Amino acid sequence: MREGPEDRPHVFPQGRRPGEILFVTLTMAVAVALLAAIPWQTTWLPGKGLAAQPRFWPALSLGGVVLFGLMNALSRLRVPRTPGRWQEAALWLRSLEFIGWYMLYVIAIPLIGYLGATLAFCTGIALRTGYRGRAVWIAAGFGLFVVLFFKTGMNVKIPAGAIYDFAPGSLRYILIRYF
Amino acid sequence: MESFLSGIELLARWDVIAALIVGSIGGVLVGAMPGVGAAVAIAIALPVTFSLEPIVGLTLLLGIYGSSMFGGAIPAILVNTPGTPVNALTTYDGYPMTRRGEARRALSLAYSASFYGAVLSIFALILLAPVLARVAPMFGAREIFLAALLGIVLVVVTHRGQVLPAAILACLGIFLSTIGIEPSAYTQRYTFGQSWLQSGVDLIVVVLGLFAISQALVLLMSKDKRVALPHVEKSGFFRQMRELWVYRRIASVASAFGVVCGMIPGVGEFMSQFMSYSYAQRTSKTPELFGKGNPEGIVASEAANNSVPAAAMIPLLALGIPGEELTAMMLAVFYVHNVVPGPRLFAEQMDFIYALYISLFLLNVMVVAFLFFATRTLMKVMLIPNRFLGMMILTFSLIGIYTLRNSLTDIAIASAFGVFGFILKRLELPTSPIILGMVLGKLMEDRLRTAMARVREPWDFIDRPIAFVLFLMILAAIGAQVWTVLKARRQGGADG
Repeated sequence: MREGPEDRPHVFPQGRRPGEILFVTLTMAVAVALLAAIPWQTTWLPGKGLAAQPRFWPALSLGGVVLFGLMNALSRLRVPRTPGRWQEAALWLRSLEFIGWYMLYVIAIPLIGYLGATLAFCTGIALRTGYRGRAVWIAAGFGLFVVLFFKTGMNVKIPAGAIYDFAPGSLRYILIRYF
Repeated sequence: MESFLSGIELLARWDVIAALIVGSIGGVLVGAMPGVGAAVAIAIALPVTFSLEPIVGLTLLLGIYGSSMFGGAIPAILVNTPGTPVNALTTYDGYPMTRRGEARRALSLAYSASFYGAVLSIFALILLAPVLARVAPMFGAREIFLAALLGIVLVVVTHRGQVLPAAILACLGIFLSTIGIEPSAYTQRYTFGQSWLQSGVDLIVVVLGLFAISQALVLLMSKDKRVALPHVEKSGFFRQMRELWVYRRIASVASAFGVVCGMIPGVGEFMSQFMSYSYAQRTSKTPELFGKGNPEGIVASEAANNSVPAAAMIPLLALGIPGEELTAMMLAVFYVHNVVPGPRLFAEQMDFIYALYISLFLLNVMVVAFLFFATRTLMKVMLIPNRFLGMMILTFSLIGIYTLRNSLTDIAIASAFGVFGFILKRLELPTSPIILGMVLGKLMEDRLRTAMARVREPWDFIDRPIAFVLFLMILAAIGAQVWTVLKARRQGGADG
């Protein structure tokens, strides 16, 4: 099959991607809301020059977001739209699932320890993304490698699990110190 | 000469050499994994380097930065997928050569052009260093403000076809730099009464979110690609590397483009690569073969992108102004160790500067030697499935964020920026303007405040030669962009 130039990796993207206007509109809406909050979220110091005002740079930057956003909206109206805006937005929201798993992983570390949480996270994500059999074992092996390299080997500061308190004396120390 | 020898002395330590080896081999590995790249690796490694001495930490990061593009050429040539974004143009001629059964020749040319570009730029900069040491102290507050502003303008206008989104994102980055307690009158800005916002938004947390977590999400949400590794001949590596001599004119011009583009803040690899490729095509005897497996295309692309890292260190070291996101990340290492890059560093610690350039040279030698033995083995990293890579990046990124200050809030902020970066990547919008906006925004605010205290009339601001030249460059960059937009409108095309 012959490959068309549009299928190639490119240096400078072309055209308008679905969801671009939605994204810029949302960004502008947030910028407008932040600009509206400027009187009570920043201070104006009487008798000081503009460059020394704490309000100057937030106003300039947020003003820039709104101004360039409006210019972008006007210029993009001339570019043909690619359909699929809401499907794209749904995909953005779907990415939150993995953020959820990630946050759960972080919350689990002080409870069940870095080793247990990492093994559970790696194998869980492998299973969630459709891997079965040998790949899941490789994911667990990767998790174990990460713990042994960073926590056991490099002594990276990561909190110990509360569950380790139930272990007997010397084992408890080893678990807290190395896993 | 004395500084040069002191620079060698600084490097002659086991920990620096170990950092160089780990960084350069690690950089090739991450470069060869499509979807990872130097930005992700540096973002993850950054907090780890905080516990190291500046020279050790920077050598490690430089190793990753300088060698990732070597690795990135491998998947670009063999499977038509650039390992790092700056290897995109290498696919145009590299992959057709692989399909013709010339994979080894294409790889050898890519390695030799990369090496040539890197070494030429390092030597150019070693020769330039004494000049820079004399010029750098002439940069006062207003010159640094104008140079930073020029960096912001250039990072925006060089994003062809995306200038306005890049401007929005740069402004957003500047806004992020203003959050928290400001340092002159100690008033709060956009903290909404939250104590965790008083110290501002941490650059490293944003970097990890925008580069590492977002990339993990991209990979986790994509489908695994079936990669069929082509056959690469065992022999002929050095013989084919010598073929670069045939294309020495293109390699030299491309390297010169890389050096110039690297030295100008905000321009970087993409523009140098694009200019070199266009030059090579324009001056070629066989321009019709570009995109169909012309070795000149590979040489132009690889020599240009590999000559940038050494040059990009110039504005960072001499003025404290990072030219792109990777040098912006390195700036964090300086700040953590209270080493302030700028004119004084160039004037007083020349040995440190030389040490960095010598380490860049050594890493290039090491990488070529490593690739000589390991290319065929290294190809196997391309077989790691996308979603598996995503899981790996997410696991590593936790270490990066947690080692900063064990903060759950940092993880939440990084995750939020991860989703934001994911959306940007889906829309093919650039992330670098945010990071440069954050770094340069803070610098501009500080320097403008200092400079304005001594300025009575607006013209006083540009009454010194360097300030005036920088001002003209800003006007020229904006003028060229306006002209491009007007020309595109007349021709009925999309705005530049």
